[in-house]
Amino acid sequence: MAKLTFHGGVHPWDGKALSKDKPMKAIVPQGEMVYPLSQHIGAPAVPVVKKGDRVLTGQKIAEAGGFVSAPIYATVSGTVKAIEPRRVVTGDMVNAIIIDNDRLFEEVSYTPNDPEALDKKEIVELIKEAGVVGMGGAGFPTHVKLSPKEPEKIEYVIANCAECEPYLTSDYRRMLEEPEKLVEGLKIILRLFDNAQGILAIEDNKPDCIALLGGLVENEERITVKALKTKYPQGAERQIIYATTGREINSSMLPADAGCVVDNVDTIVAVYHAVKEGRPLMNRIVTVTGDAVRDPRNFYVRIGMNYRDLIEEAGGFKSEPEKVVSGGPMMGFALFDLDVPTTKTASALLCMTRDEVSMMEPGPCINCGRCVEACPGRVVPRRLAVIAEHHDAEAFVANDGMECCECGCCSYVCPAKRQLTQSIKSMRKTVLANRKKQG
Amino acid sequence: MSSILKVSSNPHVRSKDTTARIMQYVVIALLPAAAFGVYNFGIHALLLILTTVATTVLAEYIYTRCMKKKSSIGDFSAVVTGLLLALNLPPMAPLWIGVIGGLFAIIVVKMLFGGLGQNFMNPALGARCFLLISFTSIMTNFDCDAYTGATPLAVIKSGEGSVALTDMIIGRTAGTIGETSMIALLAGAVFLLVMKVIDLRVPASYILSFAVFVLIFGGRGIDGTYLLSELAGGGLMLGAFFMATDYVTRPITKNGQYLFGIFLGVMTGIFRLFGPSAEGVSYAIILGNLLVPLIEQVTRPAAFGKRAVRKGGKQA
Repeated sequence: MAKLTFHGGVHPWDGKALSKDKPMKAIVPQGEMVYPLSQHIGAPAVPVVKKGDRVLTGQKIAEAGGFVSAPIYATVSGTVKAIEPRRVVTGDMVNAIIIDNDRLFEEVSYTPNDPEALDKKEIVELIKEAGVVGMGGAGFPTHVKLSPKEPEKIEYVIANCAECEPYLTSDYRRMLEEPEKLVEGLKIILRLFDNAQGILAIEDNKPDCIALLGGLVENEERITVKALKTKYPQGAERQIIYATTGREINSSMLPADAGCVVDNVDTIVAVYHAVKEGRPLMNRIVTVTGDAVRDPRNFYVRIGMNYRDLIEEAGGFKSEPEKVVSGGPMMGFALFDLDVPTTKTASALLCMTRDEVSMMEPGPCINCGRCVEACPGRVVPRRLAVIAEHHDAEAFVANDGMECCECGCCSYVCPAKRQLTQSIKSMRKTVLANRKKQG
Repeated sequence: MSSILKVSSNPHVRSKDTTARIMQYVVIALLPAAAFGVYNFGIHALLLILTTVATTVLAEYIYTRCMKKKSSIGDFSAVVTGLLLALNLPPMAPLWIGVIGGLFAIIVVKMLFGGLGQNFMNPALGARCFLLISFTSIMTNFDCDAYTGATPLAVIKSGEGSVALTDMIIGRTAGTIGETSMIALLAGAVFLLVMKVIDLRVPASYILSFAVFVLIFGGRGIDGTYLLSELAGGGLMLGAFFMATDYVTRPITKNGQYLFGIFLGVMTGIFRLFGPSAEGVSYAIILGNLLVPLIEQVTRPAAFGKRAVRKGGKQA
C-alpha cells in the first residue's frame, strides 16, 4: 500500500535523537510567573484578579474575552504583582498578569467527572472553561473547533500525532508515557460527533508509538491508528487531512468543511484533563534542545515559567548560542531575548550554536523549481516572492499567495538561499491587515 | 548571557544545495562528452574548450568589475556557459570563434539582461546561433583530421550514402565537439538525474515527441535504425539533457515543462525534416525559451485545495 502522504514537502535533518529518549521531567518553578493575556487566537482574556490579590494554583486569573477566546489559570500560588505589558516570543509586548510565586503550591480542588454521564454541551463547556487551545502552535480555542455548525457532518476526528517539525519530541514523549490519556481524550471528543471515526495519525519515524497506540485501540471500534510517511510538513492541518482522508481544503475553508476536526496530541490530553479530572490547562510538554544546550530533554512545564529557567533546568548552555528559537526550526520564532514566558503554544526551545542562515548570502534566483516541487500549497513561491517584493497585493492574491501556509519549505530548499518564505509571509500579513481595515 | 542573539524569519535551517554546487555538477556531467570530444577530434578541440571557458569566465569577471558589482564567477555558471558553447562548436573552428562566442554569450545574452537568472535565452545557444548566422562557413565546416565530409544527419537528409549507427552511438562521427557521443552524453545525464539536478520532464517529453514526429513525418515508416540515427545524431542529446533543462530558460511549472518539451520536439522535427539544414535543436530551444513566460502563465498549478472544492465548502 502506498504510504499516506501529501504533495511536496522536505526532509530536513530531524535532530530528534538529541531528546527523544529523555522522559518528561517536571520542573518546580522558582521565580515570578508571567501569563500573557493573548496566548491564543481571538480576543485577549480579561483579568479577574488585581494587583495584590493572593491566588492559588489552578485558580482562574483571566476569563475569556469573547466566544473566540480562552480563560487563563494560575499555575502556582502567590500574589499578583502587576498587570503590565511583557515581551512574548513573537517580540511583541503583550499585557500580562505577573504572579509572585510563594513556592507553597497551594492548589484549588478539582471536581472529576464521568465523561459518559455528561452531555455534549457539558463537555464543550468544560473544555471552554478549562482554557484549552490548540497547543500545536496556532492556539485556536478548542471549544470553537469542537462546535462546528453541523456536528453530525463531522466524519473524522484526527489526532495530529505527526510531530513533523525537526528536533521536537514533546508529542512523542506524551504518546509514549501517557498514551491512555490521549486515547481517552480522543474518545471524549468523539462523543461530540456521532458520525465520526477517530484517527491517530502518526509519522512512521515513530514505530514505537504506532505499536503502542495500535495496541491500545485494538478493541476500540471508532479509533484507528494510521501511519504517515515521515516528511515535513506532514502535521500541517491541511496536509494531514489530505494524507488521512484524501480531502483537500484551501485556506478559506475550515477542516469542518471537509468533515474533519484536527487536534494536536497535547491538546487532546488537555481535553482529557479538563473533562475527566476537571483540571484547567496549566501544563504542557516543552522540548529544550539544540547543540548549545548541555542536557537536551523534555520538560513537563507549568505555563508561565520563564524560558531562562527552562534552559537552566537543561543544564544551561554548554556553548554560547547564536540563535534561540521558540518552536521548531522550520516555523519557530527566533528570540532576541530569553526573558519570555512559556505559553500554551510553546512546544520547544531550540538553542543553536551557529545560525547557518545568517552565514548564507542570498544570490540570484536561477529558476530551478525546487520551491515549486517542495511547496505543499502547490503555489509558485518564486513568483509570489517577486510579486511580494513589488508589493503588488492584487497579483499576490490572484497567484494564490493566500494559500501559503508559511511552512518554510521553499526557503529551506532554495539553492540561492533566498528568503522566499519571509517575503511571502510579510505580504500575506499586509493583505490580511488591509482586509481587516476594509472590514 | 552577554552576546546578542540572531533573529530572522523562519525557517532557521537550510538544505545543503547551493547554486555553485548545482553548476559544478553540471560541469562534471559535461566532462565525459568533452573528454570524448578531445579524444575524437584531437588537441585543437581541447584548446578550443579551454579558450571558450576562459573567455566566458573572464568576460563575466571584467563585466562585473566595470559595473562595480560583486564578482559572480564563484557561482560557476560562466564555466557551464563556456563549456556548453565549446561543445557546440566545430572541432577545427579557429580559437577566436570561441572568444567571440564566449563574449557574446556572457555580455550580450547574459549580463546585459541582468546576469544569472535574468537572461531569457540560454547564453550558450544564443551565442551559437549568433555564430551560425555570422560565420556560417566556419560553423558548418566539420572537416577535421579524423573525419571529412558531411555529418551523419546531413548524410541521412541528403539520402545519399549510409551511416553506421554504432559509430553514432559511440560518437565516432563528424559533428561539434560535444554532440557526437550519445553514450558520453547519457552518462552525464544519468549523473545529473541521480544528483537530482535535472529531472526527466523536459528531456523525456522532448525526445519522445520528437521521435513521434519523425515516425509520422519522416517518410520512412517504422524504421528503428533511422529513428535511432535521428536521436543519436546532431545536437539532440546534448540539447535535450543539458540545454533544454537549463533552469533559467525553461518553465518552472511542471505542466509547463512537459509543454515546453513537446514544443521543442515538434520544432526540432520541423526544422530537421522540412528546413534547409539537417540540424534544428539550437533554434528549437531558443524559440522555446522565448515562449517560457507564456507557458508559465497558462500552466500555473491550481493551489492545494482549489482543484476540487468540496460540496459545502466555501469558494475562495
